[in-house]
Amino acid sequence: MEPSEIGILIVDDEQSVRSSLYKWFVEDGYRVDTAADAKEALKKLEEQSWDIILLDIKMPGMSGLELQERIRDIDPTIVIIMITAYASVDTAVQALKAGAFDYITKPFDPDDLEHLIRNATEKRNLTRENLQLKQKISQLNPEETIIGESPQMKHVLELVDTVAQTDSTVLIHGESGTGKEVIARAIHNRSKRRLFPMIAVNCGAFPETLLESELFGHEKGAFTGSQYRRKGKIELADGGTLFLDEIGDISPKTQLDLLRVLETKQFTRLGGNQVIHSDFRLICATNKNLEEEVKRGNFREDLFYRINVFFILIPPLRERREDIPALAHFFMQKYSRAMNKPIRDISPEAMKLLKEYSWPGNVRELENAIERAMVVGKPPAISPQDLPFYQTPIYDRANPESDSLEAIEKAHISAVLARTNWNIKRSAEILSIDRVTLYNKIKKYNLQKP
Amino acid sequence: MSDKLYIVPVHHPKAENLELLKQALSEVFSLRVDFLPLKLDIELVYNSRRHQYHSTEILADLLHQMPDDTERILAVTDLDLYIPILTFVFGEAQLKGKAAVVSCHRLKNEFYGIPANNEILMDRLIKEAVHELGHTYGLIHCENYSCVMHASTYVEEIDLKDYHFCPDCQAQLKNPEIQHP
Repeated sequence: MEPSEIGILIVDDEQSVRSSLYKWFVEDGYRVDTAADAKEALKKLEEQSWDIILLDIKMPGMSGLELQERIRDIDPTIVIIMITAYASVDTAVQALKAGAFDYITKPFDPDDLEHLIRNATEKRNLTRENLQLKQKISQLNPEETIIGESPQMKHVLELVDTVAQTDSTVLIHGESGTGKEVIARAIHNRSKRRLFPMIAVNCGAFPETLLESELFGHEKGAFTGSQYRRKGKIELADGGTLFLDEIGDISPKTQLDLLRVLETKQFTRLGGNQVIHSDFRLICATNKNLEEEVKRGNFREDLFYRINVFFILIPPLRERREDIPALAHFFMQKYSRAMNKPIRDISPEAMKLLKEYSWPGNVRELENAIERAMVVGKPPAISPQDLPFYQTPIYDRANPESDSLEAIEKAHISAVLARTNWNIKRSAEILSIDRVTLYNKIKKYNLQKP
Repeated sequence: MSDKLYIVPVHHPKAENLELLKQALSEVFSLRVDFLPLKLDIELVYNSRRHQYHSTEILADLLHQMPDDTERILAVTDLDLYIPILTFVFGEAQLKGKAAVVSCHRLKNEFYGIPANNEILMDRLIKEAVHELGHTYGLIHCENYSCVMHASTYVEEIDLKDYHFCPDCQAQLKNPEIQHP
């Protein structure tokens, strides 16, 4: 850090001490200010942030030791250096015990002062860096939120707590959108590996060769276009958790390679000879019935037994409808905050629809539905028309009044208007016509806003 | 605008050294350098407990007595200087001001029990004089260890640095906004 980024506050009742130290630090390029007593110092602490405070132990009114305690309450990371006269070395020792970084006796040797400030700056930088890193780690592992009061979800959470304490491999089974990755993250965040990353790979998203490169990494020149060495996800998961989603989709060759890694925790990058060790905990997820896949010969039996050590089944949303209201409210609040939109409730009619719907896309579909409702809906509550699966009762697009082109057009325009809650601009955009044309058609078909 | 840099000898600095200093400063700052015999009352700035002289008060006296055509004024002394919070200073200057003072006292080898060497003393004196005058032009301490504006808290550090400003400090020195307080 540049000296100009470091703020030094000098607190001393002697004017000559304040002015000479002020001058000394200004010449070094620091941001400097002075205070003649504790009251002034506290005021300056309120106004600005300070990195280093030089504090005279003996001052009229509140002493340096008392002030030090107050500063610690305001910002415990500030580096405090006590200034003492020879007579008060005992007090300085007391100050050090109370958490001061160091003390210096008047008058100071210029070299001692320079070293002291350099060390204090280094300590301050390390403290800042440490806080930043902790913050980054907490961002890397965002607190997962699992909403579920149903007996099925309570059971899942019990299993999560139990398995998190161990290093066992976990297999999570659930339909698409049930939150398999959320459960995997919950296990990781509650495990001893939480300070290391959880690396997630969607195995279904890559063709065979790309998935191998993604998992194992590659050396420069391993294949056409590999201009640089790249670490694979298995290597990156060292110390943490490797989450393999859609494990049922991987090819027989990759299954074999993965089995080797799981058995030895060793592998080589594509095109490389160097054996790499990685200490990771494996969590796999699938929406396929792997036992059936084994019987059909699509999935290796030995790999299945290796990954199926601890099995967690996440029930689909339609089998735990009692969780829908809490989930819907959670997503509503989430998007209300994100969009800064004052929708604070879900109307009873809308909630009835939410509870009755089949949710083939599970929690992910519910979240998307609420997000959409928050976009098109109007305060104070989400209404049935805001939901994507709401069907207008008057004009059913699937069942137009007749097969004539006009009847189909009427039913389609009506459905789009219902979907956008009669937002003319958005409806016109969806229909790819201008607003005047849309108004004309509404008039022509005598469409009425519900 | 004046182009006069006055050197004020205070308490017996060597005359031949002052001549050498005059030449060096006129080269570095492109100013007309002259000697100015002012009568500073050094007894008033003497601290009998510390046996040292308060440099800030010397600066105040210089500012009080300097002629109107002064661009910069530099006192050069053999006295041991201090500011209240520090055990000693090699010199002091007004940041973005007109006055500076440097002391030869702790620049001499004999202060550290080493045989006297006037060449080394001159080398250190010129560097410290340029350094303090640099502060009067608004320059702060420089991280570059070979730049004359690098902070020196002991003589060996002065010996390591150069007489000259590094390119960054030189560029700041040429900034017209900071040259004329």
